[in-house]
Parts: sequence; C-alpha cells; structure tokens
Amino acid sequence: MYEHDILIVGAGLAGLRAALESIEAGKNTAILSKVHPVRSHSCAAQGGINAALTDRGDNWEDHAFSTIKGSDYLADQEAVEIMCREAGENLIDLEHMGVIFNRDEEGRLGTRRFGGQSVARTFFVGAITGSAMLHVLYEQTVKQNAQVYEEWFVTKLIIEDGECRGVIAMDINSGKLEIIKAKSVILATGGIGRIFEPSTNALICTGDGLALAYDVGASLMDMEMIQYHPTGLAGNGILLSEGARGEGAYLLNSNGERFMEDYAPEYLELASRDVVSRAEQTEINEGRGIDGCVLLDCRHLGKSKIEEKLGYLQEVAIEFRGIDLAEQPIPVKPTMHYIMGGIKTDFMGQTDIPGLFAAGECANVSVHGANRLGANSLLDTIVFGRRSARGAIEYSSQINSISKSKEELNNETKRIQNIINRTNGERSATLRNEMGEAMTSGIGVFRDTKSIKIAKQKVLNLIDRYENTSIDNKGKIFNTDLIFNLELKYMLDVALTICIGAENRKESRGAHYRTDITERDDKNWLKHTHVAKTDGEVQFYTSDVNITKWKPEIRKY
Amino acid sequence: MLQTAKKTIQIEIKRQDPEINNGESYNQIYDVEVEDWFTVLDALIKIREEIDGTLSLRCACRASICGSCAMRVNGQAKLVCKTKLSVVEKNNKILVEPVGNMPVISDLVADFKPFWDKFNAVEPYLKPEGEVPEGEYLAPNEDMVHLVGVMNCIMCGACVSDCTVLEVKDNFLGPAALAKSYRFIADPRDGSQFERLQNLEKDGGIWDCTRCMQCVEVCPKDVDPMERIMSIRSKSIENKIDKNYGARHAKSFTDLIKNNGILNEVLLILRTKGLFNIIELAKLLPIAIGAQLAGKRPPFLSHSSKNKNQIKKIFKKLEDK
Repeated sequence: MYEHDILIVGAGLAGLRAALESIEAGKNTAILSKVHPVRSHSCAAQGGINAALTDRGDNWEDHAFSTIKGSDYLADQEAVEIMCREAGENLIDLEHMGVIFNRDEEGRLGTRRFGGQSVARTFFVGAITGSAMLHVLYEQTVKQNAQVYEEWFVTKLIIEDGECRGVIAMDINSGKLEIIKAKSVILATGGIGRIFEPSTNALICTGDGLALAYDVGASLMDMEMIQYHPTGLAGNGILLSEGARGEGAYLLNSNGERFMEDYAPEYLELASRDVVSRAEQTEINEGRGIDGCVLLDCRHLGKSKIEEKLGYLQEVAIEFRGIDLAEQPIPVKPTMHYIMGGIKTDFMGQTDIPGLFAAGECANVSVHGANRLGANSLLDTIVFGRRSARGAIEYSSQINSISKSKEELNNETKRIQNIINRTNGERSATLRNEMGEAMTSGIGVFRDTKSIKIAKQKVLNLIDRYENTSIDNKGKIFNTDLIFNLELKYMLDVALTICIGAENRKESRGAHYRTDITERDDKNWLKHTHVAKTDGEVQFYTSDVNITKWKPEIRKY
Repeated sequence: MLQTAKKTIQIEIKRQDPEINNGESYNQIYDVEVEDWFTVLDALIKIREEIDGTLSLRCACRASICGSCAMRVNGQAKLVCKTKLSVVEKNNKILVEPVGNMPVISDLVADFKPFWDKFNAVEPYLKPEGEVPEGEYLAPNEDMVHLVGVMNCIMCGACVSDCTVLEVKDNFLGPAALAKSYRFIADPRDGSQFERLQNLEKDGGIWDCTRCMQCVEVCPKDVDPMERIMSIRSKSIENKIDKNYGARHAKSFTDLIKNNGILNEVLLILRTKGLFNIIELAKLLPIAIGAQLAGKRPPFLSHSSKNKNQIKKIFKKLEDK
C-alpha cells in the first residue's frame, strides 16, 4: 500500500524544493511526476533568478516595489514582501547545494539586468538557469534517497470529510490505477501553456494540478492573467530568453527602428513583459512588422559575449532557424508563456481545501498579479515551494486518520476504462488544436468582450465534444494516447476558467488588456477574480487585493 | 507562419509492445506529409496525433533542453526535437529506433533505469568540505563557465545509447555518468575530489573508455563526454591514483614513445600487466599465439625510431610548457 505524510505532485523546481524541505523535516515524503524530474518544464527557464542581496547594497524593498509595479498593483503586497525578503537566503542555499552561477570578477555571484527593474539583480547560469537549478535540486533528492513515483499520472484527488487525503494515480508503465494515501498533498504541476497554440511551454504543460484542484472545489484566482513573452520564435513558439535584452539586445521594427523608445522611453526593451508584448503587437498590427514578427537584434553584443552568456539562445537560433545571432537579427513575436493566475493559496501554500497545498506556476499566492517580472518565477518556485512544504509539514503533523476508501478507486477505474472503450470518436488532437487557436485569438495580447465570448463558446462546445473523443491505443503499457486524452480534459476545464475570469474583469490591467475598456479601474477592479465549483456549479466572485505600503500609481516605464 | 513546402516522407519506426506479438519488435512504415521546416519530432508527433495514436514516445520541451526525446535516427542517436528531417532523410526515407544499450518499454520509449543507476553511482551531488560560508562560495568565473559546459548535459542518454564499450561491458559507468562525475571533480567547491577519483579507477570506471569518440559525435549539447573522461584520467595520474592497468598502460605508452620514439607492444604489455603477473599474462597467450600464426607478432627486442631525438625534443617542449 502506498502511504505518505506528504505527497508532492510535480517534480519541477517548486516540487523538488518542497520535497527537500519535507525530507529534511523527517517526514515520510514522496514525489510523483508524470515525467522524470529533470524533464520537468522548469528546465526551460533560461534567464535567471531575482534576488536583492543586501550584503552588496541592494535592498529587497526596491525589488518588492518593482514586482508590485510590474504586477500592475494586483499582487498581494504581503506575499511579495515575503518573497523578496526571503530571496537572498534561498539563493545562497541554492549556491551551497551546487548551482554553478556565473560570477563577477571577485568570484562572487554575478548579475544581469532584467525587465521591469532598474538594477541588475538577476543571478544566472549562462542561458540555462532553470536547467542548472533543476538538475542540482534533483541531485539533492538523489543524495536524500527521495522516493519518486516516476512517470505516474494523477487522475483524481481524494477528498474525505472536506480534506485532501491523497490521490488516485496511474503508473504509466503498467497502466494500473492506484490509491496513494497522504496526510497532505502539494500540487506543483506547473503551467498550462498547451491550452494556447503556439506557446513557449513544453507539451507536458497541461494544467493538471489546476484542473485537479478546481475539480474538488478549490478556487482558481486571476486566471485571465496570461503572460505573452515578447520573444518567442515565430512558428512553434520556442522561447528566446529575456536574458538577450538583459545583455543589451534591441527590438527593431521593419524600419529598423528601436520602437520601444515610443512606448517605454526610460526602460526601453527592458520594460515589463506585458508592455513590451503590447508594443510589439501594435507595431505588427500597424504594418511595421515583418511576416507577423519584429526583430531581436543581438549583433552588437559580439560573438564571444553571445557564446558565454547566451549560449543556449545561440543554439536555438542556429538549430531551429539557421540564424547566427552574431550575424543576423532573429524574428520574434509575443508568445503565450506563463499564467500568473492559479490555485489560490495563502503564504504557506494552503489552498481552499484543507490538506491540499500548491506552489509554483500552478499556484497563485499572488506575487505576480497581472504581470510577472522575468526571473521572478524561479524565485517564486523556490520560496513558495519551500513554504508550501512547511505548511504541509505542520498540517500533516496534526492528522492521524488516513484515507480508507476503495470505492473511489473502482469508480475511477471504470471512468478510465470507459474512455479506452470509446470508439470512432474525434481525436484528442483535433480538439486541442481548435482550443489552442480559439484561446490564442480570444485571450490574446489584446482582447475584447466579443473575442472573449467567442473563445468561451468554443471551449464550452469542445467540453461537450470531449465526451465523444476516442483513442487508438487500447493497451495498458505506456499508453500516451490515453494520457493525452486525460490531459485534454484538464486543459478544457482550465480554459473555461480563463475565459470566465477574462469576461468578468471589466478593465485593462497588466496582461489583461481589453481594447473595449482600455483603462485600469482601481475603484472597482483592484480585486482578484475567482472561479470555483460549488456542488458542481461554477461560481465567480472577487476578493480584495492586499495592499501594505505601495499605493497604486500610474504605471510608466 | 513560416513559408513552407510540403512533401511526403516514409518514416520507418521500430516498434515493440510487450502486449503485442510476445513483445517481438517489428518495423512499421508511415507515409507522412511534412513541411520543409519539420524536425523528426514534428513528424513523429504528427503520426501519433493524426495517424496512429498507439505510437509511444517521450517528448516535452521541443527545444533541446529537457532531454526526453533521444532516439536513433538512421542508426545514430539523436535528440529528435533538434534534428531537421531534411538533414537526415535519404531518398525521402528515415528509420527511427529507440536508443541503444537500454531495454525497451514500448516503441520508442526506453527504460532508463540502468542509466540513472549509474548516474546515482557516481554520487552526483556537491560534497563541500569545511565550514559553510555565510554567503556564497567564492569561485573564479572561468571555472564556473567551464563547468557550465558540462552542466549543459541534459541526461538525454544519446551518448550511452551509442557507447561502443557499453555494448560489450554492462558495468561500464558510461559517458554521461562519468561526465557528471567530472562536473564535481572540477568544481572548486567540492571537497571529495580524491575519493571520487579513487572510485572511478575501479573496473567499469574511466579506464574502460576506448576513446572511440562516439559519445562526442552524438552528444546533442556539445558536452564532450570523452574529453571529460580524459580529463579525469589526467587528474587521477596527477593525484598518483595510478596503480591500475589503465593508468599503467597510459604511462608505459608515454614512456616508451618518449625513450624510443616508437611503441614496443611487448614491453607495453609487460609493463602494464607487470612482469610477474603470470595469471594476467597467461590470459593474453591466445592473442599472442594468434598474432604469431597470422605473422603479426610484434618484435620482442627493443627497437627505436631513428628520429627518437626529435621526439624527445617534442616531449621536452611539452613538459616545459
């Protein structure tokens, strides 16, 4: 029988950081992931991790202010204060664990500048910061001999008496469903990128944790806040890091002009991501783009700087587009990248459901608000991954009872067998592609009442059609066909909450920019949006934003 | 979208499912309409999404950073997400198989357990010594940048797939685990360099590499695993961890060339194995007899190059460097 104090679903940075904290506290801990931990999408983070190190004259309050301004004042300020205050300690911990950060001339940690901030406080490992951190955290779990359910897929959360007591999950290698009992569960399943097409995200970013939590009644908060990254590759949307602009690269329009001068005279290319993406889209819409793109120009940085600090970008540019960054500008466009919204949690990762915690991109403690700053996501995963473990440790210490139910396993086995048995239905990919197109055009860099409505109707239509999809693979072993079908349902459920958030927020704030209501409305909408299910009915409500000392101001870069 | 030109490619896939045909492998050919910018992964995804959902494969990031999608394409290990179809297709055909040197779970999905077991065996985590500083460990940037070259490894298993030693010797740690080990040996913050080197001197360690270059050839991230193994060998000898056949072979080889300008194979064997190591020498007898019969036995007597003084000068120059 599988039984733990703390079960962590997802093995990216947030999940692994939580696991290490939990193991260190002596808790019976297990990690469950649908892919091997190092395949998690945290590996694709490139540019770096923010931290204000006080021993070199930086201060966390400045970092906090940049984050809050970047969030267009939607972030909860107490949460931001926690993240920025704890950043330094967490960064040094990572270094002690073995992360190979680039150094300055004195051998201390080196920095680069990132968007939306006036000082350089982004620590980095070339252009593979996420990968370098993920591999080191994985190394630490090897050292701790952590238990990993590798290539297991959660199909349902177990709720007993209103509290989370484990999961039902499939061992992908055998196709068998099992109950994994736990006194508390931490969801750290990452983002939702595949709901959109294209996206910078990996094919595994299907919003599993959000859908699982939503299914059992947890609230999803600010789901309309979708970040479009200014520099995705045209076509399939592979990411080119903000690190390029951090190192000094320009954005040019078809006239060869640095158009950011018109939109953000002070910060230029390093304004907040929502601002830069809107500027790019405006240039493209007004006819100053090139085949639907603008140009990212790194030529003046020189070959050696490109190779030392942006090596992975150069690899991507050459391998996927045949472009040498030192010789030629590369076409880029705003590309769906990140969801600021997510499962609502408190500062200890606690969701609305006792025993259910969340951290990282799937969660929303609200440090990113309406727009996340580059290099704050890695920080979020580490700080709140660790905190969610502390929350779960404390919670699970008070729990004696543990799930007994076998009935749910039988129901779940039947439900999944039904999917396998269905024949002659539509293919999962057909629905996914339609969803991706609808969401990208409806919930884009610019949106309005009509576009949101069309997207929502499409999603509702797809939710109906989902019940008639069928799969080719009727086998048990490594049935990825089945997994994709289950992921599709997760994505559709989450897509609907995004549409509901978007249609209700009647203002423009951060990444949520409506062409029919272009102003921010602090009087009515300095508020979080929530979508949650009560007794199977979808509810929408709002809650106040936590403001400590930074009163909302006009946001200019 | 990108400008495209379409054509049809025949993709032959080695398939295997334990639930079908007693798990016997078989090849299946798919005709796939592709765009000219397609990668091999794009084509495989198109098959599984539009033609045949029973095809199993692993993939995630599509951007050569997660390491999920190493497979053999036309017999050679590749990360298929960064392999353009147009580069590998011959007469509009390609053959895709799972990685080698690992058991197959299903179709293109290999069981990486042996891979990770070896990774775990090199104690793949930093072991600093002494007091932990309050701030970061100080380290020269050039050392860190050098290590980033190794941290580029995404554990995709391409090197292990095509390692020619692993084909015949299961317990070889292999290029990925050894490169990982180098990452710690060369880290100025790590305090257990000597123990790490001692562990790698054993059977299955650094001296088992035959320098065939396959790992360097197939590595999609330019990690240069063989070069890392050679660096570990040099560090072992520097640290006098050299009482093993591998190190003695390397040293005798160098000494013989240095002194005679030419290799004396018989002396090389005697010095490597030890003059009185009768058991090990006896094991080589069949090879010696075979060579004798084929007329390929090297001369017993010491011989030297007529240019040996020049060779000595080269050595001196290198040593003075």
